[in-house]
Amino acid sequence: MAPSLSKLLRTAATTAKPPSWNGLRAACTRSISSESYSDKTTITVETNLPFTTHQCEPPSRIVETTPAELMKFYADMFTMRRMEIAADSLYKSKLIRGFCHLYDGQEAVCTGMEAALTRKDCIITAYRDHCLFYGRGGTLLEVFAELMGRKDGCSHGKGGSMHFYKKENGFYGGHGIVGAQVPLGCGLAFAQKYSKAEAVTFALYGDGAANQGQLFEALNMSALWNLPAVLVCENNHYGMGTAEWRAAKSPAYYKRGDYAPGLKVDGMDVFAVKQAAKFAKEHALKNGPIILEMDTYRYHGHSMSDPGSTYRTRDEISGVRQERDPIERVRKLVLAHNIATPAELKDIEKEAKKEVDDAIALAKECSLPDSSELFSHVYVKGFGTEAFGADRKELKGLLP
Amino acid sequence: MASSAMAQGFGGFTALMPSFSSSNRLQLGFSKHLPEWKGSSIVIRLDASFSQSSNSRKRASKLVTSAVVVKDETATSAATSKTGHELLLFEALREGLDEEMERDPRVCVVGEDVGHYGGSYKVTKGMAEKYGDLRVLDTPIAENSFTGMGVGAAMTGLRPVIEGMNMGFLLLAFNQISNNCGMLHYTSGGQFTIPVVIRGPGGVGRQLGAEHSQRLESYFQSVPGLQMVACSTPYNAKGLMKAAIRSENPVILFEHVLLYNLKEKIPDEEYVCCLEEAEMVRPGADVTILTYSRMRYHVMQAAKTLVNKGYDPEIIDIRSLKPFDLHTIGNSIKKTHRVLIVEECMRTGGIGASLRAAIIENFWDYLDAPIMCLSSQDVPTPYAGTLEDWTVVQPPQIVSAVEQICQ
Repeated sequence: MAPSLSKLLRTAATTAKPPSWNGLRAACTRSISSESYSDKTTITVETNLPFTTHQCEPPSRIVETTPAELMKFYADMFTMRRMEIAADSLYKSKLIRGFCHLYDGQEAVCTGMEAALTRKDCIITAYRDHCLFYGRGGTLLEVFAELMGRKDGCSHGKGGSMHFYKKENGFYGGHGIVGAQVPLGCGLAFAQKYSKAEAVTFALYGDGAANQGQLFEALNMSALWNLPAVLVCENNHYGMGTAEWRAAKSPAYYKRGDYAPGLKVDGMDVFAVKQAAKFAKEHALKNGPIILEMDTYRYHGHSMSDPGSTYRTRDEISGVRQERDPIERVRKLVLAHNIATPAELKDIEKEAKKEVDDAIALAKECSLPDSSELFSHVYVKGFGTEAFGADRKELKGLLP
Repeated sequence: MASSAMAQGFGGFTALMPSFSSSNRLQLGFSKHLPEWKGSSIVIRLDASFSQSSNSRKRASKLVTSAVVVKDETATSAATSKTGHELLLFEALREGLDEEMERDPRVCVVGEDVGHYGGSYKVTKGMAEKYGDLRVLDTPIAENSFTGMGVGAAMTGLRPVIEGMNMGFLLLAFNQISNNCGMLHYTSGGQFTIPVVIRGPGGVGRQLGAEHSQRLESYFQSVPGLQMVACSTPYNAKGLMKAAIRSENPVILFEHVLLYNLKEKIPDEEYVCCLEEAEMVRPGADVTILTYSRMRYHVMQAAKTLVNKGYDPEIIDIRSLKPFDLHTIGNSIKKTHRVLIVEECMRTGGIGASLRAAIIENFWDYLDAPIMCLSSQDVPTPYAGTLEDWTVVQPPQIVSAVEQICQ
């Protein structure tokens, strides 16, 4: 079935050749990999909305991408969505306890940023960190095992939902007290400048945490010393139960940098995010800190103990889902450019669901941490500390 | 007719105001002529004497003078009034807060999501609708500043109740609490009083992670000028909330994340608990077990086993973490000569450590055995459920500790 003429005409200035159908059918039987999709042909996409700027010139609205990248975006975001929804049902069946903050709806922010960065760049965020961890190369097994408190989790079951880290891939967490991660992020940027790493740090925070004083302190210092820090405000418009207009005199978070330039981005459009992140990285490497405000939305409540409907209407939630859903946007692009058929996308979705289910099944089999883990990693060994036994009667401890 | 009935020892206590002769009576509550408080408070001591601070105004009592609490063996209920209503601990806190806000228009609530959202643990649910957005103030996420603002407002005479959504978040406000809240009365030579109440849930919950399982009582205990209390039942939650609000000193009221849904019947009459007093939970003879907050329930559970094994523990919920009620504690030690402290703080520098030092200093001659202190381990609270359970004191450990002490 050849792509229809109207579809071909709709694609904007594309140099893409319609892919061969045999190739595509073959691709369906493989696991989700964008290797079967071309990364040589370029597709040009225009961002949904223009960028709003503060003290800088906006980047171009025209973004170049490839079929491979598009399919990777689709697969990654869909997997993240499935992961969060699976976490929801695991929480309800009490396999995950405590606090669990879900990221569904905001996948484009994470995916777009990853597309613009390398693993040498650092990312740090607060507690809504599952998808960011996955985007930085964490595996689904590590995610679910940690959420269920098993020893194969990324923090060996000792951290939980709010404490995911992956140092070797430049993911610095995972923090429970909002706002505190921004000075940490500026510290990462300081270290990058100190060691001339030619890399940047993206410090993420929400619209709620944007009112923390320590952000401004950190921004001031970063600007003074020209640190390669990018402060990213993931503005999902609600700080737990408080809407942004009730918590902030000026909800234009991208302008709050005052002397630092800012860019407001449609956070539900993965290409806008990618473009902005690229732009911000170039800026930060040369000129110091810049603020990105991602206009995004979370479908779930603040956390699993918040229904999310006492301070916003269900109509609002479903409205955003219908009009601005990030995965739907990519899906429409994929279909419009005939990169894949709906059936192939369905296969990718099934594949993602299977991966998530398999990871959960595997994580359920993992064992809980050993009792000796209670005392490991409090200090770095070698300074005379001795481990306590789990039985209080054997306690003996020396500290230097 | 100024008699105050004090229940001592047996059962609970209540500290209530004596009633005064009609000539001195002043109407309270929603008075059209709002009395100016000049720092008066009436403190009832266990020996039934009472003292008043300067500039006192006598208050007519709408309070019950003797809501004596009689405890049965299992020490679960707190009220003997035939009427009385049952409610959950967070509702008791709300009732206390509501009554105080009605009584005194200067009482206000400041905190994150306390207003429209109703409070993350529903303590202030419905209060913004009743008192308005200014009296139940939704703040941005800025603990350092809004705690400071609360202290500043208190300097002029307002009486804010500052809520930390989780006690751990108040670490961001440590400077304000320690330096301003605790010290201003002293450094100004008595000019300013800071009648704030700082409250919030703390303690180790159900797998909330390390940063949300803090026990801040150990950090604040050495700040001079602060008073600290910990509630553990709906009865004392309401009573301590009211007392804390009425106190002219800054009081930190420690609630516990896992205790909010405790149900109990409390009196219909108005009552206030004494801030500095400990609560006798179960009188006994063999050993004095001192505890507070959630550990009270672990101790009660261990007590069932201990009683079956033939022990007779005397259990005291110390409630007042700063200052300690050494009178009640001392009387108990003089009777039993053995002490076990069960707390949720870390071993290093916790409430138990200070309490132990205080007991040794004051009651050394009465001890027949070294004081044992069971505390949480000196580790960040892990997420995994099994590890978290090993972090805090569990009833079997309490049982074996008592057996060891009583050898």
